[in-house]
Amino acid sequence: MIVAFVLLLVVIGSVGFHLISPWWWTPIASNWGYIDDTINLTFWITGFVFVAVLTFMAYCVFRFRHTKGHKAHYEPESAKLEIWLSVLTSLGVIAMLTPGLFVWYQFITVPDGADEFEVLGQQWMWSYRYPGKDGRLGKTDPRNVTADNPFGIDTADPAGQDDVLVQGEDLHLPLDRPVKFLLRSLDVLHDFYVPQFRAKMDMIPGMITYFWITPTRTGTFDILCAELCGVGHHAMRGIVVVEEESAYKDWLAQQPTFAQSLAKANAGTRRVSTLNAGGSVR
Amino acid sequence: MADVTNRDIDYVAPAEVEEEELYHAHSWITKYVFSQDAKVIAIQYSLTAIAIGLVGLVLSWLMRLQLGFPDYFSFIDAEHYYQFITMHGMIMVVYLLTALFLGGFGNYFIPLMVGARDMVFPYVNMLSFWIYLIAVLVLVASFFVEGGPTGAGWTLYPPQTILSGTPGSDGGIVLMLVSLALFIVGFTMGGLNYVVTVLQGRTRGMTMMRLPLTVWGIFIATILALLAFPALFVGAIMMLFDKLLGTSFFMPAIVELGEQLSYGGGSPLLFQHLFWFFGHPEVYIVALPAFGIVSDLISVHARKNIFGYRMMVWALVAIGGLSFIVWAHHMYVSGMNPYFGFFFATTTLIIAIPTALKVYNWVLTLWQGDIHLTLPMLFALAFIVTFVNGGITGLFLGNVVVDVPLSDTMFVVAHFHMVMGVAPLLVIFGSIYHWYPKITGRMLNEGMGQFHFWVTFLGAYAIFFPMHYLGFLGVPRRYYEIGETMFVPDSAQTLSAFITVMTLIVGFSQVVFLFNLVWSLFHGEKADPNPWRATTLEWQTPETPPGHGNFGKALPIVYRWAYDYSVPGAKEDFIPQNMPPSKVSGKKKTKPRRAKRK
Ligand code: HEM
Ligand SMILES: [Cu+2]
Ligand SMILES: [Cu+2]
Repeated sequence: MIVAFVLLLVVIGSVGFHLISPWWWTPIASNWGYIDDTINLTFWITGFVFVAVLTFMAYCVFRFRHTKGHKAHYEPESAKLEIWLSVLTSLGVIAMLTPGLFVWYQFITVPDGADEFEVLGQQWMWSYRYPGKDGRLGKTDPRNVTADNPFGIDTADPAGQDDVLVQGEDLHLPLDRPVKFLLRSLDVLHDFYVPQFRAKMDMIPGMITYFWITPTRTGTFDILCAELCGVGHHAMRGIVVVEEESAYKDWLAQQPTFAQSLAKANAGTRRVSTLNAGGSVR
Repeated sequence: MADVTNRDIDYVAPAEVEEEELYHAHSWITKYVFSQDAKVIAIQYSLTAIAIGLVGLVLSWLMRLQLGFPDYFSFIDAEHYYQFITMHGMIMVVYLLTALFLGGFGNYFIPLMVGARDMVFPYVNMLSFWIYLIAVLVLVASFFVEGGPTGAGWTLYPPQTILSGTPGSDGGIVLMLVSLALFIVGFTMGGLNYVVTVLQGRTRGMTMMRLPLTVWGIFIATILALLAFPALFVGAIMMLFDKLLGTSFFMPAIVELGEQLSYGGGSPLLFQHLFWFFGHPEVYIVALPAFGIVSDLISVHARKNIFGYRMMVWALVAIGGLSFIVWAHHMYVSGMNPYFGFFFATTTLIIAIPTALKVYNWVLTLWQGDIHLTLPMLFALAFIVTFVNGGITGLFLGNVVVDVPLSDTMFVVAHFHMVMGVAPLLVIFGSIYHWYPKITGRMLNEGMGQFHFWVTFLGAYAIFFPMHYLGFLGVPRRYYEIGETMFVPDSAQTLSAFITVMTLIVGFSQVVFLFNLVWSLFHGEKADPNPWRATTLEWQTPETPPGHGNFGKALPIVYRWAYDYSVPGAKEDFIPQNMPPSKVSGKKKTKPRRAKRK
């Protein structure tokens, strides 16, 4: 009696908690509302199963609990029932998987004409590189990394000279333009994650990974590292500013190109390398 | 005596070998320490697993203290925190749950339930435990080396695992990898035994389709483990080479804190594939024995045959097979080829179908049953609640695009604790309450058991259910502290503190449980040989606890499946598997034979 009641309370409590919980998605700031929709659909389907199965169980516990003289019914199996249940479950699975795969296809298919830029992760900081006037990012290799060339850009590649480098500063993105994030790491795995964008992807030394989004509202959002990357993992933060395209362009124009920063370094005003800045976390 | 001397090889001393049916211990040491009796080995495995599991439990308290009250505990710094999570995760999954289900339950119940006198290879079985013990000691030793244990996360992803930015990247990681390799060696010895004993050691009449589901669950899980652990073994050895010899299996060109390292050409993703090729089946290595055992607990205590036995067996087999082609669902955002997502999401969601069928059959077994709300039954019901909950959130994470925002958040932590932490542990508790009378001859104390059950079930649910919602917010996992953000409201910290308080309460109730285990050993009520009136062979032994050789003079002969409960026309509401058909409808109460043997 009590047991059946508590089981029922667990069901009611779970659903109730879900309905009144103040903890839910942070408001979205990208085009991936489809992901939220898929999750809501999944909630409906699985929530129904959760309530149905556990309520049925609570009922059984209530109705068929042992009383004197009561005897169980003998019924080894029922092929018909099992087939019905398999079919219904399969339908539920298909209902969730189909939209899921459809949205996944969109997620991995970058629209033509998306802007590209690079995020560089290293213990425990973020840096960014934009392609500059020629619209192309220069080649890189970790073997090229020095204090003056923290991105490891190939100095022989002309496409690299006008690349715009952003270090120790916030990331800026223009509103409403599809943008492809090219993700690169110098040392260990990291993961570029902005909760409001509903997107994240690991960064792997030796590889370039990507995802794409279209920012849909202006604002300032946290960037977090979502793949354990050592003792400073939780402190590997950044900020992304989504703004109107004109403001974005003004900001970008103020950032140094690779050629400029090299020239500055060669002019003898050797700045202290920012490379080791992250080391202070330890 | 068989003469095995070969006269042609005179440089080898001639030998005569005595023929032996079953190994017999001759001294206290060979009986209780270096024992070859599966039941003693089972208890050795279980006690070691519980001991190291307690370390894992204490680590979870420390982590929760940090997360719930970030500024109070100055002795927990980031370095320690990451070491705690890593050791906690690895201990719980491998050294506690795997060892307890297979080494503990497998050893105790396989021979008894299939009607064998012991495992097929008792000596190898003994070695299995001692190597496991050494693996545990090596793991414990890593707490005491310079730099402490590894803090790389239980997934041990390179490159960070062996680089200096990660705590314990010297001695700690080496000992962890060595310990894992030893564990796998030891497990393989035991595992071969379990499989061969099920296939070869069954008594007359015990066909495969008459095996209790407990045996089926452990059997399939062992096969999975034998096939999956080698992938981890290979990964561990290669990583040891990368660490100690400077090879680059998993290490690409790396610039660490401005310095060029001499690695180059390796693939971090390769390790992830190896790890999860092991890691996903590992989830089922823990889950399938629980599935099997809980089926039997429900059936016995609802006095009803398990609904759809054949479907239950085939579902176990199907889940086991499918579990080898879903591993990369842990890698949707790893940067692997994104087209893999289509394949792995599909296989992952397909696995939900046989799994759901098992759940349906458990609750359908309750339907029209005669439900005795004993402690084992309560734990079984609680298992269904937490497993349904955790299984459902698996459908979120398996559906590739839904995983993108949720992966590496507290949602994942909540999901896997519910489904592979709490749910299997509830089955373990339930089965201890169920089989303790057979193993010790005494009942566990009911009052303490009730306290333990309610606090553990409701407490664990209150810990992990709300935790999902922190994940929705976007709180990442493996964060020493979330600190100031623009998206996490202050109320989330209140929730986190609540979770920590619940953790300590649930932790306390485990102390009560352990006390009960010891107390009842001396003061528990004397147990009937078959207190739950169950059908399976372990309850029909002539002695309780079962003696060496399990079944006295003659092995039992099996006439029926394991689920003849409440059969119409039968006198009792259960018919033991070894009861001959002629005695079933007999007028007088048939008791299992009690062979006297000294
Ligand atoms: C009441 C008991 C338990 C509590 C309170 C608890 C708590 C925790 C906490 C706080 C974390 C760290 C989460 C984070 O990443 O921020 C964690 C991680 C983990 N726990 Fe538990 N845990 C418990 C039992 C278990 C059990 C029984 C298992 C067995 C499956 C388990 C397996 C793991 C694993 C695999 C990790 C991940 C470690 C990693 O991220 O490397 N835990 N647990
Ligand atoms: Cu990072
Ligand atoms: Cu998996």
